[in-house]
Parts: sequence; structure tokens; C-alpha cells
Amino acid sequence: MKSSWLLLLFAFLSVGAVTGCSTDAPDSGSVLQRGIPTDPESLDHHKARSTQAAEVLRDLGEGLLAYSSSGELVPAAAERWDVSADGLTYTFHLRSEVRWSNGDPVTAEHFVSGLRRLVTPATGAFYANMLAAVVNAPEIVSGTLSPESLGVEAPDDRTVVLKLARPTPYLLSLLTHPSTFPLHPSSIEEHGDGFARPGKLLSNGPYVLNAWVPGSVLELRRNQHYWNNAHTALDGVNYHVVVQDAAELNRYRAGELHITSTVPPDNFSELKAQFGGELRVAPYLGIYYYGFNLSKPPFKDNPELRQALSMAIDREQLAAKVTGRGEAPAFSWVPPGVESYEPTVLSFAPLAREERETLARRLYKEAGYSDANPLEVELRYNTSDTNKKIAVAVQAMWNDVLGVQTTLINEEFQVLLSNMRDAEVTQVFRSSWMGDYNDAFTFLSVLQAGSAANMPRYSNDEYESLLERAANQVDAERRRLYLEEAERVMLADHPVIPMYFYVSKHLVSPKVSGWGDNVLDYHYSQHLSLSASERARD
Amino acid sequence: MVHAAPGGPFDDERALPADVEANIARAYHLDEPLPKQFIRYLTGLVQGDLGPSYRYRDYTVSELIGAAFPLSLQLGALAMALAVVVGVGAGTVAALKQDTYLDRLVMAGSMTGISIPVFVFAPVLVLLLAVKLQWLPAGWSSTTGASRLVLPVITLALPQIAYIARLTRASMIDVLGRDFIRTARAQGLGTMTVVRLHALKPAMLPVLSYMGPAIAAILTGSVVVEEIFGIPGLGQFFVRGALNRDYTLVLGIVVFYAALIVFLNLIVDVLYGAIDPRVRYR
Repeated sequence: MKSSWLLLLFAFLSVGAVTGCSTDAPDSGSVLQRGIPTDPESLDHHKARSTQAAEVLRDLGEGLLAYSSSGELVPAAAERWDVSADGLTYTFHLRSEVRWSNGDPVTAEHFVSGLRRLVTPATGAFYANMLAAVVNAPEIVSGTLSPESLGVEAPDDRTVVLKLARPTPYLLSLLTHPSTFPLHPSSIEEHGDGFARPGKLLSNGPYVLNAWVPGSVLELRRNQHYWNNAHTALDGVNYHVVVQDAAELNRYRAGELHITSTVPPDNFSELKAQFGGELRVAPYLGIYYYGFNLSKPPFKDNPELRQALSMAIDREQLAAKVTGRGEAPAFSWVPPGVESYEPTVLSFAPLAREERETLARRLYKEAGYSDANPLEVELRYNTSDTNKKIAVAVQAMWNDVLGVQTTLINEEFQVLLSNMRDAEVTQVFRSSWMGDYNDAFTFLSVLQAGSAANMPRYSNDEYESLLERAANQVDAERRRLYLEEAERVMLADHPVIPMYFYVSKHLVSPKVSGWGDNVLDYHYSQHLSLSASERARD
Repeated sequence: MVHAAPGGPFDDERALPADVEANIARAYHLDEPLPKQFIRYLTGLVQGDLGPSYRYRDYTVSELIGAAFPLSLQLGALAMALAVVVGVGAGTVAALKQDTYLDRLVMAGSMTGISIPVFVFAPVLVLLLAVKLQWLPAGWSSTTGASRLVLPVITLALPQIAYIARLTRASMIDVLGRDFIRTARAQGLGTMTVVRLHALKPAMLPVLSYMGPAIAAILTGSVVVEEIFGIPGLGQFFVRGALNRDYTLVLGIVVFYAALIVFLNLIVDVLYGAIDPRVRYR
């Protein structure tokens, strides 16, 4: 019966061997290896929502405009455009050479059908409201009007006309977003909703989706029909899905990745010492903040208490010691670096730390609290090392300066999100916001009364009317003044505690050229190239 | 039960406008009462349709499981094979050389293997073998050759090797002390022949009984290993599915695991009968 043992062993091993065989031809040419933290939820550009999906989509598709590696708006599929004097009509002229990856020309009609599908309710697009300013868009999303009534037209094959309901100076930057990319009619006709798969997905951008192993890797290869193919250096890009940032760092060290999506939060100074110029840190359009639940006590109708808590936090200390990766302490809501905007700062920003603390103590007393009657508050945050460190630091600061008793509650992300939405149990919660486009409005709109992202449940009539007036302004300078005033009004209410502004951090191999730091953290692969020694490497 | 966890598959800080949220809920039947959703799921299940994944929206659950299972199977099978071969070998050596330094070495080594968690020694191995020495790839997707199997299989097998070694040693010592072995020795057979022909099979019975729990341990251990090496196996999809509230994916994998475990237990029972003549099925 010994043979049955051998049989068993043989069975195990042959299962292993057979399922392990794969015979892929090695890549010829230059292929960039990039890391992303998770799979795109979809490569259907209307169903996608995450920054990871957007990153891959920017390599597969192209909108009317795009960004350069230094973060400037440049023409992409459109070679030029005209804007009417009242700012309500935009006319885009497409390049004649734009093509899909099957050789078909990209026509204006493809852009129109793409935008219509974006706002069609049945699509369930996350960014359906990206084009809220376009005529009839909100009505279509809510189902009152049909998609054909959207204010976009294609008077001929090379012209796209957008009609807006209100002047939107940042419209051009919206048109770089993947949700506004065109749609080839055959995609839906032939494949229905499942067109975003390797072998089926048509690209009008520099690369084609060659392969996708969910949970592992996405392989993009050169689109020969791309209009700018001659200036696209890389033959391909592989996006490796690496969930753990420590594992990603190891793979970078082992030479398997050229670009990482992030770096582990610990030992930043050691990383800097070890990698020097390969570590690229740049300001990023994102804010880390604590929000107050304004719908319930103790923070409802209690601006003194909110201000006291906000002033008692030493943001400089947090940014320097706790996160320590070059983040800037936040004294405003809108990050610096936003196009033509000067953020308003909190009134106490210029004060020295001791002065802030004295003032904080006074406000705390005015709110009715003291050492005999301390504030007991719950601080919620989602599970992460960084969040925990910051929460512990803030707990200590509030206790030292004011005598506040803080209970820290660590929740899984989805649970926290659910709690924030319900606004029943939350008091102070950690949250963040990443800008969708390079304009102050992407941040200021978060705290509008109707916004689903308004976790604090902030509502202020003056804020609303200022934003409304800004939205109807054609003149850029006047608009900016309204927005800055709105920010000032909001900050004076202290619905949130801005903590710090994010930085983007990547490890970029010295073999990569063309990398440009920009505030949106967009790094189109078509701008990059690999040095000659990296070519034809497996 | 899956719906009991707070939050849903489409929740995000980047909140959806109410209209859009309603549209999505309708498309995925999430707006229907739970019993109706349950019936809908069962109907699909019977026809082999496990539904779409909520998180990987371009793929169905069947596709994801279909791609992930062979990978997990491959890893698990190789790890199991390695564990049995090395574990039994080490345990036998330890039993034969009982109370010598070799025995102590094997036992100490196995105690270490059981005590140190996978997520500690796996990164250490990666750091040493992949980053410093660059003998092996650090990530699954970095190459397509068999070298990417080495580290994951070893890390998955190590705790089992340790356990099987101890099990074999104890069992082998017991068997070697029995009368029929003494008879065989008395008849002049050499040690290795005795072990091979007479001692191995009865000593294997406890190991065989352990196969069931071992497979379960490998299944659960694979989650950590898959995470560390970035392997798109079932374990990874299971955990991510739970965190993403990807209801259909989680349900699909649970159903799949259940079927698998029933099947494997059946195999173990049959094997038991094949090995031990005293257990025969009529």
C-alpha cells in the first residue's frame, strides 16, 4: 500500500505543477512597473470612482483636455476651443488625427454619447454631477428629463459644443476627468456593460488594456493608433496591485517596481536618508481634518467650545513630529497651490502657541466647562497607524491645555462612514477630502448644506449665498473674492478642525525620466520614459 | 448576516447624490427587502450564477473565484506536499535519533516554526532572499516563472512542517516500540527497511487525521501569505470582500469553501480506509 502514498504525493505535486505552468513571452521594449494600492473598481470610465481607477484610465483614454507633467492644462483630444463672452457656451475643435485603438476616428458624437451616458440614471455613475453646470444635467440625473436633452451637441464630426447653465471657470479642468472621456458606440452595442475588459476595451489614449488579473496586475501596451504615439516613449505600463505599503517598498528595493504609489508612514527620515532624490514628496490637494457633529450637543450651537478645541491643537507639532513627511499644518480649508486662489486662514493662525492656548482656555470657560466640570468627548477615527498616532496626540493636547477627557474610538472605515452619515453617535470624527479638480470650489462645496459629503452637517445661509454669487460670476477676480469670503465665514464658525494638508509621496526610480510633481498628483505614463538599460528586461 | 455589518458596498467619503445612490441600489437589487434578495440569490446559485461582484464591477463572482481558486489550490497543494515530506522526514529522523542533539534540533526548530506567526517571518524571508540577495522575486506579479512560488509555498508550509514533525516523531516513537517492530528487527531487517515497510504506515495515522485541520489551517494561513506576496487567491478576495462589503463575493466564497471542505473530508475518510486495513467500508 506504499504505492497509495506515492500516488497521493504525486497527486499533490502534479496539481501544483500543472496549475503553475504559464508561458508568457518576455516583454520586449520598455515597460514601466508601477504600484497601485488596489484594483480599479472598474475600467468603465463612468462606473469608476477611485483615484486608482482614474490613474489607469488616464493612460487608457483621453479627454478634451489634459494636464502636463508640471500640472498645467493643455489641449488633448481638442486642439483649441472658444468661450462665449457670457461664459455659457464652450466650443471645442477636435484634432483631425484622433483615433480609437481599432483605427476608427474619434468623432464629436463619441464625446456627446459619453457625456450623455454619464448623466443617465441607469448608468449609476458616481461622477454624474461632474457636469452639474451643463444645461439640464441635474434634471437628467434626477430622472425628470431624458439624456438627449443634455446641453451638449456635435454640430459636425470635429466640433463639440457645451452649453452651461451658469459660468463655470473651472470647466476646462473638469474636462480632464476620466468620466468625461468619449465612448465608442460599439462598446455598448457589442459588449453591453461588460466592455471594460482586456480585448474588448477600446482606447483613445496612449495605451490599450492588454491583460488584467484582478488582485494582481494590469498590463497596458502601446496604442499604435494614438495621435501622439510618436511622442510616447514607453511601450507599456504594468500596474501591480500591492495592498501593503511595506510589501511595495520591498518590491521597489528589489528592483521590481519603478514607481511606488506611496511609502510606509514609519521611519520617514530613514527612508529619506536611504533614497534621497528618489523619494518624491509634493503638496497634494487634500486635507486631513476633524469634523464636529453639529446636529447634536455638545457641539450644536456652541462655537466657543469648537474654537477652543481647535485652538488647543498644536498643528505645527503634529505635522512636524507625528506625521513628519513634509505635510503642511492646515489653518485654512482650501489647500495652498489651488489655481488662482489665496486661502483664508483661521483668525488665530498668526498667534503664538501660548497666546492660542490662553485664548482657548478662556473660550472653554465661556462654554461652561472647567476642571471641576470637564468636557467628555468621543473622538472617532478609522483604523490606521497614522490616525491613531494623531488621535493620541490630540487627546494629550486637549487634556494638557483644557483638561478635556477624550475617549478614542477606532472603527473600520465603512463603519465610521456609516456613523458619520447617520450623525447619531458621532461627536468628533476624523475625515479627509481630496480635490477632484484644481479649483477652490471642490473644497468649499463639501460644506454646502445639501452636499452628501458634508459630514459635520454644516449649514449657514451666508455661506450658501456667497457660494451662489460666486457660481454666477463670470469675472474671475470677483468670483475669487466671493469664494475667499465664503471660506472666511465658514472658518469663523469652526465646523471643522483643519489639521494638515496631504502630500503625495512616491519612490521613483532614477531610471525613470519625465516625472513632474504637481498638486493633483497626476502622472500620465505617456510623459515618462525609462533609461536605455531598462529596455528588454523581463 | 453579511448585511448586518454597518455600511454598504457603495459607501465612500466621496458621497453619492441621493438620485445616483437610488439608481445604483436599484441596479443591484439592494433596495429590495432582504428575504427577496435571499431568494433571488438562491435561485441564481442553483443555476451556477453567483452574481456580480460589487467591488470588481467588471467581473462576476464566478469569474473571480474561477481565477483565484486554481492559484490557491496550487499553493495549498504544494505547501501540503512540502509539509508532509519534510515534516514526516524530520519527525522520523527525530524519532530514530531520539534524545540526541539531532532530535533536540528538530524539536526546537519545530517549536519555533509553530510559535512565530507567518506575518513575522514572511517579511523577514522576503527582505533576506528577495531584497538583499535578489534570489527570488518579492512579488507575485513581477515574474511569471516558478520562482515566484518558492517563498509563498515555504512560508505557508513552515507551521505545518513544524506540527507534522512533532506529530510524526511522537507517533513513530510509539510505533517503533511495538512488538511487531521488534519481531521485524529480530528477523534481521535493517532500520530503514523496517521503517519503510512496517513502521511508516501505522505511524502516519495521526498525521492523516491531522490532514483535515491542516488543510483548514492552510486555507486560513493563505490569507496572510497572499496578502504579503500579492497573490490573487481566494483568501485575499475573501478578506477584501468583507472589508469592501462586497456581499456577493463573500457569499460566493463561503459557499465555495463549504463545498470544498465537505469534499475534502470525504477524501480523507476514503484515504483512512485505504491506509488502515482495520477500517473498511462495506
